[in-house]
Amino acid sequence: MTKVRVSVMLKDGVLDPPGKAIGHALQTLGFGNVGEVRAGRVIELELDEADAAKAKAQADEMARRLLANLVIESFTTEVLS
Amino acid sequence: MKAGIVVFPGTNRERDMAIALRRAAGTEPAMLWHRDTELPALDLVVLPGGFSHGDYLRSGAMAAHAPIMSAVRDFAARGGYVLGVCNGFQILTEAEMLPGALLRNAGMRFLSQDCHLRVERDDTPFTRGWREGDVFRAPMAHGDGNYVASEEELDRLEGEGQVAFRYSRADGGLADDANPNGSARAIAGVFSADRRVCGLMPHPEDLVDPLMGGEDGKPLFDGLVESFR
Repeated sequence: MTKVRVSVMLKDGVLDPPGKAIGHALQTLGFGNVGEVRAGRVIELELDEADAAKAKAQADEMARRLLANLVIESFTTEVLS
Repeated sequence: MKAGIVVFPGTNRERDMAIALRRAAGTEPAMLWHRDTELPALDLVVLPGGFSHGDYLRSGAMAAHAPIMSAVRDFAARGGYVLGVCNGFQILTEAEMLPGALLRNAGMRFLSQDCHLRVERDDTPFTRGWREGDVFRAPMAHGDGNYVASEEELDRLEGEGQVAFRYSRADGGLADDANPNGSARAIAGVFSADRRVCGLMPHPEDLVDPLMGGEDGKPLFDGLVESFR
């Protein structure tokens, strides 16, 4: 088993209303030094694959096919264990 | 006109769509289940509104990979016409049958209200019931209707006449306060390059009878029926 983490973020330049709302809420809580906030999504996958490189390649393919919408999002994958 | 309506788990506007299609065509549309792998003989496939698969991951992302979507894609490639409304539009962008993507409304709120749509061209089966520049009222009800695409893609869409509808004022003028969800260039609906696939966020099917408060959306369905006569 290999665990892979896929992080999906909106591309730079794509408006992120949830990120904006979070930033606004943090300001309201008194965290006055908060600048831009971007909100993304983290998906952890357990793959039945012992080879870390192969597992990462599979996760990349899953991200391209389903987990991220490449029109608006970019993704990174990292092998956790 | 023989029309089929695709129902996914979480679809909830298929009956509204059936009313509009029945009223315009005089025949009963077929209800198609998302697990079907073949389509009956049809002129038009409609993906209606709702919250397919709970909008998990992204609106329309799961439904775009449903078994029936291969058949819908083949149908469009063979010359069939496909209409997607609201969640149906989201599904068509996720399936890459239409360009762009639909993000959270710019103001973060789910918007359930009427809007005005300006018809951008009238030489397609979807828009021939209007004249270019006509404005009609349409109900909208969505949280993820903020149309986005890269600047180059938007330029290309405009250059090639793939913009179907824009949010406008009642007089047809464009303005930020008439673009409720913040869509890029006020785009409310687009066509595929071959104009056989059309998607839009608002719901013309919900204004097709005086009892609904108007018939502003009826030209969409009447135009489609005329095209297949």
